[in-house]
Amino acid sequence: MKKVFERPKALTQAEFSYCPGCGHSIIHRMIAEVMDELNITDSTIGVCPVGCAVFMYDYMSCDMIEAAHGRAPAVATGVKRVLPDSFVWAYQGDGDLASIGTAEIIHAAARGEKISVIFINNTTYGMTGGQMAPTTLVGQRASTCPAGRDPDKTGYPLRICEMLATLDGPSYLARVTPTSPAGLVKTKGSITRAFQNQLDGISFSLVEVLSNCPTHWRMTPIESFKWIDENMVPVYPLGVFVDR
Amino acid sequence: MANRKLMKGNEAICYGAVAAGCDAFFGYPITPQNEIPELMSTLMPANNAVFLQAESEVSAINMVYGAASAGKRAMTSSSSPGISLKQEGISYIAGAELPCVIVNVQRGGPGLGNTQAGQADYFQTVKGGGHGDYKVLTLAPWSAQECYEFMPLAFDLADQYRGPVAILMDAIIGQMLEAVELHGDFPSIDRSKTWAVTGTRGRAHNVINSLWIDVNVMEELNIRLQARYRTAERDEVRYAEYQVDDADLVLVAYGCPARVCRTVVDLARQEGLKVGLFRPITLYPFPTARIAEIAKSGSQFMAVEMSCGQMVEDVKLAVNGAAEVLFYGRTGGVVPTPTEVFNFVVEYGVSSCAADKRA
Amino acid sequence: MLKRQEVIIAGMGGQGIMVIGQLLAHAAVMEGSSVVWFPTYGPETRGGFAECTVIVASEEIGSPVTSTPDVLIAMTQPLLDKFAPTVKPGGTIFVNTSLAEPPTNCPNCKIVGIAANDVATELGNVKAANMVMLGAYVGMLKPVKLESLKASMEEVLPEHNRRFIPANNAALEKGATLVGV
Repeated sequence: MKKVFERPKALTQAEFSYCPGCGHSIIHRMIAEVMDELNITDSTIGVCPVGCAVFMYDYMSCDMIEAAHGRAPAVATGVKRVLPDSFVWAYQGDGDLASIGTAEIIHAAARGEKISVIFINNTTYGMTGGQMAPTTLVGQRASTCPAGRDPDKTGYPLRICEMLATLDGPSYLARVTPTSPAGLVKTKGSITRAFQNQLDGISFSLVEVLSNCPTHWRMTPIESFKWIDENMVPVYPLGVFVDR
Repeated sequence: MANRKLMKGNEAICYGAVAAGCDAFFGYPITPQNEIPELMSTLMPANNAVFLQAESEVSAINMVYGAASAGKRAMTSSSSPGISLKQEGISYIAGAELPCVIVNVQRGGPGLGNTQAGQADYFQTVKGGGHGDYKVLTLAPWSAQECYEFMPLAFDLADQYRGPVAILMDAIIGQMLEAVELHGDFPSIDRSKTWAVTGTRGRAHNVINSLWIDVNVMEELNIRLQARYRTAERDEVRYAEYQVDDADLVLVAYGCPARVCRTVVDLARQEGLKVGLFRPITLYPFPTARIAEIAKSGSQFMAVEMSCGQMVEDVKLAVNGAAEVLFYGRTGGVVPTPTEVFNFVVEYGVSSCAADKRA
Repeated sequence: MLKRQEVIIAGMGGQGIMVIGQLLAHAAVMEGSSVVWFPTYGPETRGGFAECTVIVASEEIGSPVTSTPDVLIAMTQPLLDKFAPTVKPGGTIFVNTSLAEPPTNCPNCKIVGIAANDVATELGNVKAANMVMLGAYVGMLKPVKLESLKASMEEVLPEHNRRFIPANNAALEKGATLVGV
């Protein structure tokens, strides 16, 4: 009998510690599948963030580095520069990448650093308890803006793909969301493309994944996916921003 | 003699890094250490190594973290305000047990300060600097030659003790031109790193991490680090002495002030005053035992620093009440001259020594 | 060989203060002496004060800083005024008299006035005034040989300034001649 579904080899046997329905689990698995398909696990060094994905080093069977908050692109740069033949990806959330680590991501992109970055945008600081993120939508509630994000006091969400698309360094920038079967296929396709770019030695790639936080959004997973489609996608349009 | 070359301390650091087999340099411009990234930008590629000017000091130290994670010899250099920015990364490097070398060409402070020489980063360097229970082994060169010699030593210590090692300089040691003999003759130690992330290629995955949720595991890491520090305190203490044996007053200084004090000792001896110089070369581990031993012989001490009094606290801890410890400091970028230190020695040091003897 | 000589060279940025200090230092190393050179700059990249200290000795050098130099080479009035009172009794002050009045308040020092800008202009380039002063100092007090200074030019000068080496050498010699060498 043919086996049609199995655990990707790029995942360890460790159980994910994510909340039920959290997008991190889906995206971790997807990254692992792509690593298996490209047969790169044994030459990969993954860099994980500070945030909910902080334990990613337990879940991936490749070599892993846990970076300081926001510094993953700098750490990944350090690794890639001294081991140019290895495959290096960084995985970051919105607080990590779009707030404390804006300098690092912008300059890694501007340098055209030959790394691949997976950016999880769920508008929330999940691990610390649901505080307002740089990507929190106007009017969206969070534990540090219980009445909803007020642009008069806290400004507006950052659109990372659009910002990075002004630079000449990146070779691939895409925003996707796994809220539907078609979205899942596109998400995996974008990750594959980003990884292939690095394998081809082209330059910096980033895939922004619009994801959910059912716990802090106080929704069921299904409601949270619907919320992404209805509320996030209008602010963060899906698509490919750079492909060269 | 043939290989004596006139160079700045900052340049000697670069040649020392090459002699150490440094694989990667990550830095950011700041005066008075700019000769280091400038020279490294050509020296590193010429030696098949990596040079990258980072977008900030913060990024530079995190690039060091990445390159060191990969098992490579990595370094950064900066000056006081930039070193403050690197403290987060240094704490992570210590926590993740990564070897690396950090050069600090100290300037006047606090704040933006100025670009002249200072030593007010002593506490920051030898007492930890960032958060958590860790130490940074610290070497203090007093000449361009030592800048060269200490780089391979620093990388060896970093590998051996699996942690960050600092070279603590000041603007004068960095900017001063002196003849340096580039002998290239350094012992080679085992640099294999089984813990490094290089791609698994058949082995179980390696993880570089400083996060330990289980408090007992976190405590174990700290106990392991402390055990290493105890070993370093036993095996790695380095110092130099000049005319200490019969001295009534022992000047204690490192870096540029140690050079000044060496001249002060000569001036004092010409006047028949028994003054000596004790120069800690490792600031951590501090030469506590030797200072305690000298204190027992009845000498007084005088720490001379370009700060308001930082190393003097370690001298006092070492002396532990057995002798009087005086202090002379200039700060904010002011360098003490031999004349002013000599005058202070005559007024407060040697005269009080003599008074004590009469009593 | 002299046991120890402490020299302060001071002027405005752009007068080639640092480079003559470095030439002296390089020549001293060539001759096997101990030497330290260190600079202090004003915060300005161009045009501020420029000072450097050079210590040449036959033995190991302790302090790289001095508050009482044996020799002062002063290229402008403000720096002459600043440093002349610090020169050791019995020391020597070389004054660029094109831009500064010889001091009258240093009775225990030998004052050597050289109209360096005028001399250099006559030689064809006022920018060589620094070399005239260095030539006069080395010609008179002989901390190093004039030949060692010339042999240091290639190493010390950046590539884009090496075309001035013949003119620099001529200015060094002229300076030495002015003090009777």
